Amino acid sequence: MLSENNDLPVNDLVYGADNGDLFDLEIELLLDAVNRAYGYDFRNYSKAHLKRRIMHRLKMSSLATVTDLQKKLLWEKNFYRTFLQDLSINVTEMFRDPSFYKVLREKVIPVLSTYAHIKVWLAGCSTGEEVYSLAILLKEEGLLPRTRIYATDFNKNVLETAKQGIYKKQDMELYESNYNKSGGESNLSDYYTAKYGSVMFDKSLAKNVVFADHNLVTDGVFAEVNMVFCRNVLIYFDKILQNKVLNLFSDSLTNNGFLCLGTKESIRFTQLENSFSVIDKKNKIYKKGAVK
Amino acid sequence: MIRAIVIGASYGGMEAIQAILANLPENFKIPIFIVLHIGSNRIDAYLSTLNKKTFFTVKEAEEKEEFVAGTVYFAPPNYHLQVENYNSLSLSTDEKVNFSRPSIDVLFETASWVFQKELLGILLTGSNSDGALGMKSIHKFGGISIVEDPETAVAKAMPLSCIQLSKPDYILPLQQIAGKITELAIK
Repeated sequence: MLSENNDLPVNDLVYGADNGDLFDLEIELLLDAVNRAYGYDFRNYSKAHLKRRIMHRLKMSSLATVTDLQKKLLWEKNFYRTFLQDLSINVTEMFRDPSFYKVLREKVIPVLSTYAHIKVWLAGCSTGEEVYSLAILLKEEGLLPRTRIYATDFNKNVLETAKQGIYKKQDMELYESNYNKSGGESNLSDYYTAKYGSVMFDKSLAKNVVFADHNLVTDGVFAEVNMVFCRNVLIYFDKILQNKVLNLFSDSLTNNGFLCLGTKESIRFTQLENSFSVIDKKNKIYKKGAVK
Repeated sequence: MIRAIVIGASYGGMEAIQAILANLPENFKIPIFIVLHIGSNRIDAYLSTLNKKTFFTVKEAEEKEEFVAGTVYFAPPNYHLQVENYNSLSLSTDEKVNFSRPSIDVLFETASWVFQKELLGILLTGSNSDGALGMKSIHKFGGISIVEDPETAVAKAMPLSCIQLSKPDYILPLQQIAGKITELAIK
């Protein structure tokens, strides 16, 4: 019964009361090694998240300690790709939090529609479900032809999936329901063709989408945009990195540009608290520009 | 010395958690983190009931929130709740664990890594096996574990699978759990 789920916590490793602090030390050393060997800096990711993913990898690869994992990572370049996949966050869905998309239609779209050209940065786009959600919404509002979407992620594998726009048919029931609750104007199935167990979204939706490799931790501003869309990414970062990335978003936004975060994310208690105003408190939509 | 308490419950858990929290004393000084499998349409009303019926401030945990004594933090529906470090909590939208998000195992496991022997874990009623591995981790890191006696549990499966997998320090009927927590907290 228990063995069905391969993401269960691992207890049969060496870690316990006698060496709990060693676990923390080894993780610090591992992150340092990964940064120096591969240039990916995970040192300011949420520690709980890192520990869970690292424990999971130890179990999957039958490794006893984090030090064993470090050795394998340094000596086997291909194994590093697996580890990168472990640490990237790839749980996403179309029209996730429908009320957010509804409010986006009601409060943000009317402002964006006054612009001749619209640029949006969707940061941490993962496998692209949010990209197609946003493109559908913009299409229905008549804005898609004059919008450019920069969809970025540091994980090249997920970017490839995002470009394809092919998803499992079995997920469509939930997505259709989300879409309807979000104020969708037709049927989600109008935007894809189904074949066997998969669906493929219309290529026209992604015509103005630029999929690109961008690492929020180490890369900088690459465009000036009217809206930054970054949902459920910051929760995987610690406070220091959250502040750094929020500043990157702020620097990338035009004046009065919109910032959309995940439902449980917030700019409260961050350095940006006073340089953004709240458009919708519950759905975490903000606008660049001091609070009046 | 106990620095934090984690509680996990599923089916039948609303009543069980209330029974425990309502019987803890007014000056209770240890923060409490809870994963209860509950729908998003019911949690607001439930937390407001607990605020009225207990001495605690009861709330949903917020992202990177620094926790304080005298407050009870619940995992928000559809998010895993994790102990981030000695001072703060974090949320995650990672894959479901044991078909659950929030998952009791995720909270218990991350709490055991941070608090180690200064943690008290309590597993209550439920009709699945979430929490069993988390309790094992608490035990392994030297913490104290209490599981509800399956005889008093509305749903026995969760306490039973925990007892099968690890050796909880105490197996107690629901009515005795608040008393035991209070006793352990003073030590």
